[in-house]
Amino acid sequence: MPTSEQIAAQLDDTLEAEFTFIRSEELVPLLSPLSEEEQLFVLDWTRRIASTNVEIAHQFARRAPQALAALEPRVLEAWALHAMDVYDRGGLRPALEVIRDVDSFMRLAHERTAGALFDEVSGVLLPFVRGLSGRRLLLDQAGTIYTDSETLFLPSLMAQLASREDNFRLYKVAVALLWAQTRYGTFRQPLQAALAGYPDPQRALALFNALETRRLEACIARELPGLYREMGALRRQLGEAEEPAAWGEALAQLQAPTASAADALALVARLYDGPLPPPRCYQGELQPEAVAACMAARIEREKMLFRVRLAQMLEEHKAKRREPDGPTQRPGVRERADPQQPEGRSFELTLDEVPVAPPEPVKQLMTSIILDLGEIPDEYLVPAGPGEYDPSLYQEQPPDPEAVWQGTYHEIGATFYNEWDHGRQHYRKGWCVMREKDVVPVHDGFVAATLARYGGLVKHLRRSFEALRDEERLLKRQTFGDDIDIDALVEALADARDGREMSNQLFTRLHRVERNIAVAFMVDMSGSTRGWVNDAQREALLLLCEALEALGDRYAIYGFSGMTRKRCELYRVKRFDEPYGDEVKARISGIRAQDYTRMGFAIRHLSQLLQETEARTRILITLSDGKPDDYSDYRGVYGIEDTRRALIEAKRAGIHPFCITIDSAGPDYLPHMYGSVNYAVIDEVRALPYKVAEIYRRLTC
Amino acid sequence: MQVSELKPEQHFITDEPYYVATGSEIAVFEAAYRNRLPLLLKGPTGCGKTRFMEYMAWRLKRPLITVSCHDDLTASDLVGRYLVKGGETVWVDGPLARAVHAGGICYLDEIVEARKDTMVVIHPLADDRRVLPMEKLGTLLQAGPEFCLAISYNPGYQSVLKDLKQSTRQRFVALEFDYPSAELEQRIVASEAAVDAAMAEKLVKFAQMTRNLKGNGLEEGASTRLLVHAGKLIAAGIAPVTACAGAIAQALTDDPEMLAAINELSASLF
Ligand SMILES: Nc1ncnc2c1ncn2[C@@H]1O[C@H](COP(=O)(O)OP(=O)(O)O)[C@@H](O)[C@H]1O
Ligand SMILES: [Mg+2]
Repeated sequence: MPTSEQIAAQLDDTLEAEFTFIRSEELVPLLSPLSEEEQLFVLDWTRRIASTNVEIAHQFARRAPQALAALEPRVLEAWALHAMDVYDRGGLRPALEVIRDVDSFMRLAHERTAGALFDEVSGVLLPFVRGLSGRRLLLDQAGTIYTDSETLFLPSLMAQLASREDNFRLYKVAVALLWAQTRYGTFRQPLQAALAGYPDPQRALALFNALETRRLEACIARELPGLYREMGALRRQLGEAEEPAAWGEALAQLQAPTASAADALALVARLYDGPLPPPRCYQGELQPEAVAACMAARIEREKMLFRVRLAQMLEEHKAKRREPDGPTQRPGVRERADPQQPEGRSFELTLDEVPVAPPEPVKQLMTSIILDLGEIPDEYLVPAGPGEYDPSLYQEQPPDPEAVWQGTYHEIGATFYNEWDHGRQHYRKGWCVMREKDVVPVHDGFVAATLARYGGLVKHLRRSFEALRDEERLLKRQTFGDDIDIDALVEALADARDGREMSNQLFTRLHRVERNIAVAFMVDMSGSTRGWVNDAQREALLLLCEALEALGDRYAIYGFSGMTRKRCELYRVKRFDEPYGDEVKARISGIRAQDYTRMGFAIRHLSQLLQETEARTRILITLSDGKPDDYSDYRGVYGIEDTRRALIEAKRAGIHPFCITIDSAGPDYLPHMYGSVNYAVIDEVRALPYKVAEIYRRLTC
Repeated sequence: MQVSELKPEQHFITDEPYYVATGSEIAVFEAAYRNRLPLLLKGPTGCGKTRFMEYMAWRLKRPLITVSCHDDLTASDLVGRYLVKGGETVWVDGPLARAVHAGGICYLDEIVEARKDTMVVIHPLADDRRVLPMEKLGTLLQAGPEFCLAISYNPGYQSVLKDLKQSTRQRFVALEFDYPSAELEQRIVASEAAVDAAMAEKLVKFAQMTRNLKGNGLEEGASTRLLVHAGKLIAAGIAPVTACAGAIAQALTDDPEMLAAINELSASLF
């Protein structure tokens, strides 16, 4: 059991008391009454949070001891992780709100083991909802259940029912109902305008929600009867009331296969003065403002993207027909009766009236557009012209570029790389000023803590990587070996009989296959990785090194970042010829988020390094969190096209590029850059340490 | 039970195999065959490539010799080798040589699985020379007009070590295969697994759900083959959710969360 002094010392250290003036002696009395296990739990999590932000860690340490009395540790962990998530996305203030709101967690979790946690169920529910078809939705945590039509928001904890299984079911049904809203046209109605005219718009909205829920239940009953049975079981379990008597006719109308959200909206007028039943146990809220904002931005974005993709497709088709100067084909959309689809029809893209199978990203765009508009309008079928794609429309305005140029730049010790200018369709020569720098090693507890936390995984990785290395092959026709090569012997006998000379290569031998692979890892160190992504990256790299050491492949790790073409920086973490030791480990620990993501120069430089390394197979793996993006001039198409060009150059040089990303939008743009199979999307930052080594193994087995 | 033994090159398919065309593949194959061009069947596993080859062999009335490639397959395994019989060494043709002799169709399934050096022996057969070098005999085997070489390849594999080399792929006429459209796939599943149309429709819907997950945690969605498997279990009285879990979900992934998600999807559907 740690003494008070030890606890105080550790807290001082974790909370950087020397600089932050946090008074850890105030925290010690809170921790002292806890069991040793609980103390270690609080200290460990305080330390983990402190690596993201010290103040959040401080507030956590203050509340955790009391919360532990009421909450299971796993609920507390979910709370801490949620706060860090919120910090990564929204900064300190909202994160502190989450920490202070521990009371709501305690209220929900009255029965200690019954709850289902968002973090425990989201790994199942995300593939579940994506399997259901429609737009690629995201899941996230929020105080209430609702959707903005792109993300399904769910509470961090469900604890209404007695068992964890039932609470999971409640989560699942809530997810399905929100999915159904996006799938069956709930948001294609002008809700805000239509409901504003009622004396009490909130009541009208609640009524619409209730009616729409009945309609969607009927849709689910037709499409997913198994799920519908579970919905009924949950309602019975929670003893839900009978439907209001006055609703009979309305319900029949809403349950008809042809019913639409417009019918539900019309019924609001008729039933407004009648009773309003309580919400279903799995029913969320409707937030028309959130939907409207999200939808307006999406419709504009997807229209542009669709037209850009269309232009690309036409180009590619032209190239395929081998008549680059021939007439461009006319795109169109054909409607077909399709009983499988919610509205009984589906849409097909055509070129000169001939149906074509669009690539996956275009298919997904079409799906999303049809969900919003019910069709592909004619003005979408106008391919985008060359200068039409204006990325600034879809990204926040960059800060004043002047500020960057005020520094003085020394171009000594730098290497220059060309950059592809998409607008110009030509390289800009020697455009990027690249420097290699060393990551400043940080000798802290990161390495030990990570290896301790993932001890089991490390062992497992080592074993599975060792198995790869030990792949043995039977070599035939050897002059010495373990066994006789019958084929060779027979031939030799035949030769001898014919009077020819007998060969002496008559043995087989087991031989370890020399993998002969060199791989360079190119790690995104842009500002967007700050915080939790950076932690996950560092953990992933450490585990990767541990695994690669067992394998024996030659590898190098470089981080990349930059700010304009004049400051393109590659941070050495490990060179090819450098052994993996304390110094490298400390550099991994020292990886910190820097500026922007100019990518082309990094690919070009690492390709260069790979070329200089002796190997039969050369691989370049990018670990990234999003699209290429630099201070001002590298956004959007420009950056994507330069990156793509750099990758093409790499492939021509015999290098296999691959990208591992945590950007769920990756499938929209990565196939264009890396090819359709040369990337992997990891949905959850937290999974990075588990996945990276595994992906590498699969890639080279 | 009677087990019949036949040499593959003497085996002509006499009953028309059940094959539902999904595009112009039959016409293209025939045109390539008449022009003595070799074929490359591209596509994910279980989408009907093998069945198509059986169908074409029947249609063209040629014997079909199929070799499933694996990483220990050597050139001699394909071409032939010496054996000792009664103190004498005798030469025995491999399947490729036998196909050439018989004027048959030789189908090398999953060609990238074979060792790299194996690929080289098929090159002279796959260009306009159409010869098979029998290195150990010191002879060249000239293929007749009826011989046909076809290979298959799944471009979805991510391993960089399993990519088809340009020098190989540029010799072949490529036929692209993918899962059939929903209507066709329903027909195939209903016919192959002997389930009713409603059940076939649900199975195909379920397959589409898993295909939505490709690149989202699954390497591949459920193939037509897996649907047929699940359908057969269902026709034999197994509950649909159980059949899908065993015949489809377990075949697609080992990841526990993904398995749970897929099972939730089938439980929702049936
Ligand atoms: N077009 C098709 N027509 C008939 N059956 C098909 C078709 N496509 C797939 N199948 C069914 O799927 C099963 C698997 O197909 P198979 O030809 O073995 O796939 P592959 O060789 O592409 O891996 C077949 O046994 C058959 O039952
Ligand atoms: Mg097959």
